[in-house]
Amino acid sequence: MIPAAFDYVRASSVDDAIRLLGEHGDDAKLLAGGHSLIPMMKLRLAAPATLIDITGIPQLDAIRVEGNRVTIGALTKHAALAASDALKKSAPALWDAANQLGDPQVRNRGTIGGASAHGDPSADYPAVLLALDATFTLIGKGGERKLPAGEFFRGMFDTALGAGEVLTAISFDAAPKSAYVKYHHPASHYAVVGSAVALTLNDGSIGAARVAITGVGDAAFRAGRVESALAGVRAGDDDAVAAACAGAASGQDARSDTFASGAYRAAMADVFTARAVAQAAGR
Amino acid sequence: MAFTTMVGARIRRREDPRLITGRATYVDDVKQVGTVYAAFVRSPYGHAKLLKVDISAAKAHPAVLAAYTGDDLHHAQGLKTSLPVAHKMADLKTPPHYMLAIDEVRVVGEAVAVVIADTAYAAKDAAELVEVEYEQLPVVVDPLKAMEGPPYVHSSLGTNVAFRMPFAAGDTEAAFAAADEIIKQRIVNQRVAPVSIEPRSMVANWDAGMQQLTLYSSTQIPHLLRTQLAVVLGMSENHIRAIAPEVGGGFGGKLNVYAEEFVISWIATQLERPVKYIETRSESFQAMIHGRDQIDDLEIACKRDGTITGLKLRIVGNLGAYHQLLTPVIPTLTLLMAPGCYRIANIQAEVVGVFTNTMSTDAYRGAGRPEATFFIERAMDLVAQRLGLDPVEVRRKNFIPNTAFPHTTSTGLTYDSGDYETTMDKALNIVDYAGLRKRQAELRKEGRYLGIGLSTYVEVCGMGPSAAMPAAGWDSATIRVEPTGSITVLTGVSPHGQGQETTFAQIVADELGVPIDSINVIHGDTDKVQYGVGTFGSRGTAVGGAALKLAIETIQAKAIKIAAHAWEANPDDVEYRDGKIGVKGDPSRSMTTAEAGFMAFMGDNLPPGLEPGMDATRRFEPPNFVFPFGTHVCVVEVDAQTGQVEFVKYLAVDDCGRLLNPMIVEGQVHGGIAQGLSQAMFEEVVYNDDGQLLTGTLMDYAIPHAEQVPHYDLDHTVTPTTVNPLGIKGIGEAGTIGSTPAVANAVMDALAPFGVVHIDMPLKPEKLWLAMHAKTGNGRAR
Repeated sequence: MIPAAFDYVRASSVDDAIRLLGEHGDDAKLLAGGHSLIPMMKLRLAAPATLIDITGIPQLDAIRVEGNRVTIGALTKHAALAASDALKKSAPALWDAANQLGDPQVRNRGTIGGASAHGDPSADYPAVLLALDATFTLIGKGGERKLPAGEFFRGMFDTALGAGEVLTAISFDAAPKSAYVKYHHPASHYAVVGSAVALTLNDGSIGAARVAITGVGDAAFRAGRVESALAGVRAGDDDAVAAACAGAASGQDARSDTFASGAYRAAMADVFTARAVAQAAGR
Repeated sequence: MAFTTMVGARIRRREDPRLITGRATYVDDVKQVGTVYAAFVRSPYGHAKLLKVDISAAKAHPAVLAAYTGDDLHHAQGLKTSLPVAHKMADLKTPPHYMLAIDEVRVVGEAVAVVIADTAYAAKDAAELVEVEYEQLPVVVDPLKAMEGPPYVHSSLGTNVAFRMPFAAGDTEAAFAAADEIIKQRIVNQRVAPVSIEPRSMVANWDAGMQQLTLYSSTQIPHLLRTQLAVVLGMSENHIRAIAPEVGGGFGGKLNVYAEEFVISWIATQLERPVKYIETRSESFQAMIHGRDQIDDLEIACKRDGTITGLKLRIVGNLGAYHQLLTPVIPTLTLLMAPGCYRIANIQAEVVGVFTNTMSTDAYRGAGRPEATFFIERAMDLVAQRLGLDPVEVRRKNFIPNTAFPHTTSTGLTYDSGDYETTMDKALNIVDYAGLRKRQAELRKEGRYLGIGLSTYVEVCGMGPSAAMPAAGWDSATIRVEPTGSITVLTGVSPHGQGQETTFAQIVADELGVPIDSINVIHGDTDKVQYGVGTFGSRGTAVGGAALKLAIETIQAKAIKIAAHAWEANPDDVEYRDGKIGVKGDPSRSMTTAEAGFMAFMGDNLPPGLEPGMDATRRFEPPNFVFPFGTHVCVVEVDAQTGQVEFVKYLAVDDCGRLLNPMIVEGQVHGGIAQGLSQAMFEEVVYNDDGQLLTGTLMDYAIPHAEQVPHYDLDHTVTPTTVNPLGIKGIGEAGTIGSTPAVANAVMDALAPFGVVHIDMPLKPEKLWLAMHAKTGNGRAR
């Protein structure tokens, strides 16, 4: 595992990071934890000329719950999310994902911002952040802009993060009835299928539902048809929930690999979505 | 027998403190001044003509010292044209296997050039500057297709069949004619990768003053490596030193000699600099040997009561593109063990070895025997299913009875000792087999699918009698009693996780009555240790330990002579008792081994004619293999919605004869089960039809994390052997051999309500889900 040569610089602040991005141009990559980027560099699948290390930028690693709004600094480590009681209460789906992501080494180094900006089609967070309808705060030369998750995740390893921009925070409304259920790939432990669900319940019946699925398509996606079908379904009625979750991945060109075919992935999207609904409703 | 305090005790491994505190020296920890680094340029194609290999740009790189192609090595330098293969087969086709490819590449990852630079990084950069023009040739990866005709992996052979070995015992046709049932089944034993945590690692140095080559290599066989270096490089063997320092896992993958070891050794002699090569994980997946990869076609003739009367068998071994050290031998071992622990007098078989455009297969933990155990244990369940019998009863009906040992099988092996039914019954009692079957029936009514799988395996190990081995099968040990009383043990085996630094010290401590801390067990360095054959085939203790026992006896005999002389006693009246030398019937006199050793060193009070000094080197030639056995029981539940398998219970009752250190035995069994279970559930090396390796990283190739394997319950029975003076059988491979069929049988049992007869490994959830949904559409059997 021998990467090509690269330069390394440390950014002291967000502004400094933006300046360095401008200076080093398109051949530079931000290093926010490195647990996706470094393995790609080791295989020489990525060969950035410069790594701009942003892990030392202060105050980007906080989990803040203010009223109904949760804001997570982009440099918050997976392990911090996995250990957060506040997050477990306010958005258990994200807590689920952080607890099932990677292994202890990855969780202790990798960050939510880095993982999100990487845009891996089998990553856990995109599904959860779509289901939470999260807002991404991006800062660049021209100032700050905010994007909803649905616009941030664009495709396979493709996000709306601009070349000169830094992702600084991710925020969302609390979703105490939410869950993320994951089918682990036996080798990579990425999601073969990962289903995130955020619900409101009225007297045991599902009010609104947001459902998002990762691992199946070129990028995580909202399962709009399932969301509509779930409205009004009694959360305890397993058959009705299963029926509403049928065809969760319809319209997606489900991916195949040596472990699972597209057809199996699509079928598992139904099963894991129904399980996520049951888990979210039970919270 | 000595007074036992250490042997049989759960002594903590003496190896572990250095291993778990980062103080162990692996090959990459060997730092030598002036070291340069090798990077290999490897073929991206499964089969191609080499039109051009241009190393000029790489050589021009400022950090590069040298670069070589296959032509350079073999034509310009005249190095031997073929790498070694050890076998005693009459008609084996052995096409040339160059260190670096010449004219043609035949497998993805085959090395075509090597670049040497100041740093590993520069070497890799420069390797990317080597310009290779390939003309792609037709590829064949499926051995059944390859058997039938072109394209040929080696066009000069005009066939892909490396050998055919027919075999017949008894009257199989008559058995089939008289059978009540004939069951036919193809069973594929998929290709897997050893995945040692430490990949292949090596550093070679040439001492021009001493004219000595030293190769540190992560190997299981330092002496055999030294011999092959001498043969292939045309060097004098007494000017070569091979060292296996700490070895981070072998599993058979390092029971080999590799092109890279010869290349960097030769380059070290040219540059007079240490040359290091640590392969990457991706290179390891491509270019370290693979294991298994057999297609086994079975026909089983049986009586209605479950008695198996005959077996027809075709074993097709996918050899890969070239022979590595033992490649062709492996599928022939499968034939030897085909009867398992059953009386099957009539066997008609053919073993076919086939070349394909894939990496060579070779010894991988179990090496040919797991394939046999897998199909014969699946066969027991297939017979039970067809006849509506309990798999336990079919096994009971066919076991070689415990009164029939030693037992010569129809394939010509003589099983030393065994008691298969006792071990099986012990396992069935522990798991409450009847209760499990009841629970299974109840759960099925709820639409839950529990499966109970058995494997009653026997394996051949303690490799082995030299006459039955492709090369020497003996091993050696030296004991030196040092003047100050400490004891040095030099063993010819090369432990790399098997714990012999501990178990050998336990044996010596008891037999020579010395504290375990005064014993140093040295191995793995050909300049320190007398020639030894190495560690593989569950032989380390069964053969190397037996040699140690002989050396102990020689030391004891000399110590007795010295003590008798000092006491003016008749040596016949002097004996070792509880680790001390004493006079029979006279407890007042005693002498320690250290005291006798000191007298041997001083030399001034020795019996006339006795040489001074106290050391002994002995070799043990095993008169037979040993045959450990056991029963593994696996209980799984298959999720009908997903096909995912959950382990409910795993029990192994193994019998490896006498246990020297139960904790080490358990460790070997744990690791073995994990590896065998992993083959059943997770692992598969996949080449596509173009010969591309699709499972080239640990992101694609699954080896289990801790949470993917069950808790293991272990127990044992003890049936000693007389094959070696320790009465032990070897346990290194048993877990791997026993577990794979137990898991597969459990899964197939779970899916029986869906009419499933057999599904090939790995038992991926999708396959199981499809089987459960194919007929019913809803994953419910009723």
